[in-house]
Amino acid sequence: MLAWHFTEMPYPNLPPLESLSTMRVSLSNQHYDPMVGADLYNRYLDEYMIADDLGLNLLCNEHHQTATCIDVAAPLTAAILARQTSKGRICILGNPVANRGDPLRIAEEMAMIDCISRGRLDVGFVRGVPYEIFAANTNPTQTVERLWEGIDLCVKAWTTTEGPFNFEGRFTHRRAINLWPRPYQTPHPAVWITGSSDLDNIKKAAARGYVFATFLQPHAKVKWMFDGYRSAFRDTGLPGGGGTAYMPLVYTADTEEEAEKGARELTWYLAAKSEPQYRNPPGYVPVEFNVNALKGTFTGRTDAMRQKSLEFLKEEGVMVYGTPDSVAEQIKRLYNLVGGFDHLLMMQQAGSLDHARTVKSMTLFAKEVYPQIKDLARTKPLEMAAAAE
Amino acid sequence: MPSTARSSSVSIQNLTLEVERRGAGTPLLLLAGEEQLEREAPFVDALAKQFDVIIPSLPGFGVSDRPDWIANADDISYILLDLLDELDLSDVTVLGCSFGGWVAAEMAVKNTSRISRLVLVDAYGIKVRGPYDRDIMDIWTSHPAEVAAAKWADAEKAKRDFSQMNDEQLTVVARNIESFARFAWDPYMHNPKLKQRLHRIDVPALLIWGEKDGIVDTAYGEAYANLIPGAKFATIAGAGHYPHLEAPDSFLAALHPFIN
Repeated sequence: MLAWHFTEMPYPNLPPLESLSTMRVSLSNQHYDPMVGADLYNRYLDEYMIADDLGLNLLCNEHHQTATCIDVAAPLTAAILARQTSKGRICILGNPVANRGDPLRIAEEMAMIDCISRGRLDVGFVRGVPYEIFAANTNPTQTVERLWEGIDLCVKAWTTTEGPFNFEGRFTHRRAINLWPRPYQTPHPAVWITGSSDLDNIKKAAARGYVFATFLQPHAKVKWMFDGYRSAFRDTGLPGGGGTAYMPLVYTADTEEEAEKGARELTWYLAAKSEPQYRNPPGYVPVEFNVNALKGTFTGRTDAMRQKSLEFLKEEGVMVYGTPDSVAEQIKRLYNLVGGFDHLLMMQQAGSLDHARTVKSMTLFAKEVYPQIKDLARTKPLEMAAAAE
Repeated sequence: MPSTARSSSVSIQNLTLEVERRGAGTPLLLLAGEEQLEREAPFVDALAKQFDVIIPSLPGFGVSDRPDWIANADDISYILLDLLDELDLSDVTVLGCSFGGWVAAEMAVKNTSRISRLVLVDAYGIKVRGPYDRDIMDIWTSHPAEVAAAKWADAEKAKRDFSQMNDEQLTVVARNIESFARFAWDPYMHNPKLKQRLHRIDVPALLIWGEKDGIVDTAYGEAYANLIPGAKFATIAGAGHYPHLEAPDSFLAALHPFIN
């Protein structure tokens, strides 16, 4: 199992949260102090470099117009890390290709980072969470189609060496596509996809041999998604690669009391507020989901998690916290509950969890937990597992 | 739905449109707004006494198909012009409300050979002022309560009891919300080219506007009317974005001299 350090690069220096109606999209940027921002960016990048020294892998992402994440360009973070670190793999999870609307620019940037890092890059693609629609002003009713057209074009651009070729698709039209540079890895860096409910999307990821990642979900739901992924892998008898990744919030400490205190600070992320109009833009989810929303039976993941107790979140595997042995046990339990997984994505920093305590938790994890879980077998599609025996 | 309503589906270019017809007389094509609240409204019964009222569900609305190639009101207007051909209608009064008004304007700039009059009710479709000016309230970044207050003179009227609807009805509601966003998200509720085409409208036009419309205000309505040669402009007191629903009597009184 590979473990990854992750922070969304939050901007926690806000007025009392009770006084805000939203932390996303429309929270006035008068609350952003560039001097504080400068310190935060450098601090979070330092933490990635420490994670690299500790033997962890490095995961970054991007969001827009939100205090929960001031990393607005994951390729910039990845480029810095490509140059300033030397060991860990670097994964962008992911490129919001549906919202960014220029798949070939993404293909170029990823190829360049892959070369600078000498093949340490994994390239994730995301559809983008609902509130991202507003900053990008993408039509919310066709993000899935945009996502897949963008991914397929990126991969085609990475793997075509006898170009140029043209592309006139539904969302992108380009002439004489001929990628300089080509990616360092052959045929191309591992591709990752995220998802939270759409089984068709999960099966599509499996069918292409892409890693499937999901975040902060109850373990039964994670198992349902991973089973879907594995069954698609089995049904279509696909090429190698791929795998599954899960992200909980993780805090490791010397004592249970200290761990609980750290975990409580991480819940800042789950409590991030937004106004109702940003939560479910029209057509972002299928009509059947919105029928349930009209009935009041579909409220979305974050809402469901927001009000839960720390104990509940631990039981569900959404939060992993405790002493090193306890954290290792929780991860093994989660691993067994969901049918195994390949990548542990750890949000080890959120909200106002400070540098010293973040590094303490990361260090304990790397030194005392990681050795206990590193050798957990990578999951394989059933048929491939049988063939190997 | 009154007993005289006749529902059918009409096939145009491999796409199936749900079409309802009520009453008898010269044809009146009623293009409903994005919420399709007109279907149960009393003013339609009043019109059906005088007209053969034809109420299509626009592509993506009701149970009408929405093929991927249909991306905006401009595309939809061709389907509606095809519908007039398919039903072989002439001397048609086209009355469009809100999003339906935008589609009606898009039809009229293209071909009025089957159209005799145009009525636009609190229609979207044009951008009047500069890039930093908000001509049309952004209903998708505003709190739902603010949208309701802007849309109705009496915001209580915005409330719909979804608990009384079955899955089929809720599917239509959800589909209408989705399709409206598909067609009107960007450019936001307008076609940048429509303003340059409105001069082509060569049939009598009447624009009726709710005085309290906070989505597209009366200044927007007047600017719209000024772009259509000879168009008349009337306002309805005590009504917001849906004057035909909030103040049907005043609405019909404003409409009457124009259609007779």
